[in-house]
This record gives sequence, structure tokens and C-alpha cells, in this order.
Amino acid sequence: MASTEEIRSDLADIVNEVAGVPAADVQLDKSFTDDLGMDSLGMVEVVVAAEEKFGVKIPDDQVKNLATVGDAVAFIERAGA
Amino acid sequence: MTETTARKPIRASRPARDARILGIGGYRPARLVPNAEIVERIDSSDEWIRTRSGIASRRWANDEETVVAMSVAASGKALAHAGLTPDQIGCVVVSTVTHLYQTPSAAAEIAYKLGTDRAAAFDISAACAGFCYGLSLGADMVRCGSAEHVLVIGVERLSDLTDQTDRSTAFIFADGAGAAVIGPSSEPAIGPVVWGSDGEHLDLIRQREEWREAMFAPEGPRIPHLVMQGNAVFRWASFEMAKVAREAIEAAGITPADLDLFVPHQANMRITDAMARAMKLPESVVTARDIVEQGNTSAASIPLAIERLLETGQARSGDLALLIGFGAGLVYAAQVVRIP
Repeated sequence: MASTEEIRSDLADIVNEVAGVPAADVQLDKSFTDDLGMDSLGMVEVVVAAEEKFGVKIPDDQVKNLATVGDAVAFIERAGA
Repeated sequence: MTETTARKPIRASRPARDARILGIGGYRPARLVPNAEIVERIDSSDEWIRTRSGIASRRWANDEETVVAMSVAASGKALAHAGLTPDQIGCVVVSTVTHLYQTPSAAAEIAYKLGTDRAAAFDISAACAGFCYGLSLGADMVRCGSAEHVLVIGVERLSDLTDQTDRSTAFIFADGAGAAVIGPSSEPAIGPVVWGSDGEHLDLIRQREEWREAMFAPEGPRIPHLVMQGNAVFRWASFEMAKVAREAIEAAGITPADLDLFVPHQANMRITDAMARAMKLPESVVTARDIVEQGNTSAASIPLAIERLLETGQARSGDLALLIGFGAGLVYAAQVVRIP
């Protein structure tokens, strides 16, 4: 099982590739929209890439609850990555 | 009765041969509509539209720029590019969802007005995948000999079915026509089609209601506008279609690095970018971005985008291009072709 930091780091690489945000800015307390400047289409891309990377399923109706990087990491941990 | 009577054979079609695109032409409506003209009705901004879609402007047809008129204009250019005359066209295939007659077809009227010699003519309904569907049909007709040259047209007046106050569609949909002439080839120049449908998701992009409901609505007749679930379409188009695109590349027996051009249906720049990323397309491949000025013209977008790549010198005759159309149905089709 991957550690919280490993998941955050992998997620940061995904956000960097999708949205061009520096990976170092993708910290647990950061909001995807307010701090990292992502919109709903960018979130769809991150979710699909994360599903593939971590082997988890993130349902559409859950995506709106993933406001911060920490929310997403916690969801992925719970989902069994 | 004799027992010696043999069953008389009928003549076979000609032996199969290869097909290619011989010419491409487009028609862009005269009226250019910048984002500034539509932002008020959808409580939006130029920047929001550009960020969400890449679109800076689109073109909307006037009353004279009908589905038939735009098609005839685009076809004339495609024929000139191919060096052919209308009487050499054996079949006209028109893909459109905005010819607002159930019958007769747009194709029959276009075949007549273009001056073909009674070419076979029919319309197909495959929404934004329509050009690639038509290309597949046309290529097979040429291969098997049911026509010597086929004219494939994608044409739309989406503005007629767009709710100008709908924030998810009003800034996207546009009008135009694109045509391609397909004919015999001494070598394969239209790769195998990879196509299909996914009717489970027919609600993602659709006409809101059937015409009868719209005509006899209690509050009076209304237009049955097109509606779309943007994020769900984005996910399907970006990732499922990237898989289909990769299959088309493999089916053609090449690798992504062999491609010169990527010409996806101009649905949304974000879809194009996400698909290219998901496919891991090399940066050397030129990607069509006609959507910036033209908006989403559904079945017309791929031939229009190819025409612009040729006009701007970004594409050259002989280049290998990956085409992929996808849209309402859901339906999709992709093939690798050589640019005329």
C-alpha cells in the first residue's frame, strides 16, 4: 500500500501533466480550483489519470467532493491504492 | 424439364481496388461571430469560453447559406481540387443532422444542383462522426466498384437548433460545409475504419425532444434544441476516443511517429489536447485547431480543418493524417488517410 506522500507525489505529477501546475505546488492543503486554477474539465482529466495510476474508481458524483489535494489523496487511500 | 440446365451466373462487381481522397473543399459562412457577441446571453466572458473550449469565434449561416447551398459551394471546390467534373461523380453521400426535412434528402438536391449525371444520392445520420462514416462508405463503394468517384459531404447549420441562452452549447455550435471526393488509387490511401456505437449513452448529446412534442407543446410551438452533458462527453471523447484512435493507427499498420497530421472532429480544443496527451502523440505531429475561429461544425469540421491545414501550408499532399469523428449516438469512426 502506497504512503500518503507517495500518493500525493504521484498525483502532483498528474496535475502537472494535465494542467501545467508545478508539481511542488500540489500540496495537501491546496484547493484544485482556488489555488491550482483548475476547472471541471481539468478535474475530469486528473480523475481519469488517477484511476489508471492508482487502480481505483472515482465515481462522477464523488468528484465534486474532492475540493483539495488532501481530499483526493484521502479518497484514493480509502479506495485501496 | 431438363436436368442439364446450369444456373446462369450474374456478372460480379469489378475486383476490389484501393481508394483515396482526391480533393477537399469547404464552405465557411460569411458571418463571423466573435465571443463578445454571445457572452451576454450566457452570462459568460471571452476568457471563460477560450479557456473551456479554445473557441475565439464561430460562423453562423444566413438565410441564403442553406445546407444545400453551402454543400454545393464546398463540393465545387473539392471537385476542382480533384481535377474532376460533376458528371464523373457516381454517388453523393451527405452527413447532416440539420437538414430540416425528413424527405427528400439533401443529397439528391445537391447532386442535381451540382450538375451530376443522375448520381446516386442519400443522407446519413452520424452526427459529429458523419464525415468519417461517409468516408468509410465512399471508400468501400470505390473499392468494390459501385461508384467510380464518390462525393462525401459533411454539412451543418447547428445554429438553427442551438438554444442561444444555453451555457453548455451556445458558444460551441457553428455552421459550415466540407466535402471530399473519393476515387480509385494505385495504392492504399484510406486505412481500415475503426468504428462503432454506444447507444447506452444516447442521452449525453441529443435533440431535447422529438419534433411533434415541440410542435404541439401546450405553451406553443418551439424549436427542439440540442442539449449536451459537457463533462461526461469530455470524459468519453478524450479517453475512450483516444483508444479508438490508437486502434485506427494500428489497423493502418503504422505507429504514431509515422503520422504527419492529427485531425480530430473539432469538438472542443480541450478534448483535442486531452486526446493527444492520452494517445501520447509525438510533438512532431501537426494537430488541427480550426475550432479556434470556426467553432464546432459537427460533420463539417474534419474536411474544413484539412482544408485550412492545406491552405496554411501546415499540411502537404501525401501527408498521413489520422481522422477521428465522434458524437451524438454515441457514434464514432476513425481512419488513417493520405492527404490529397
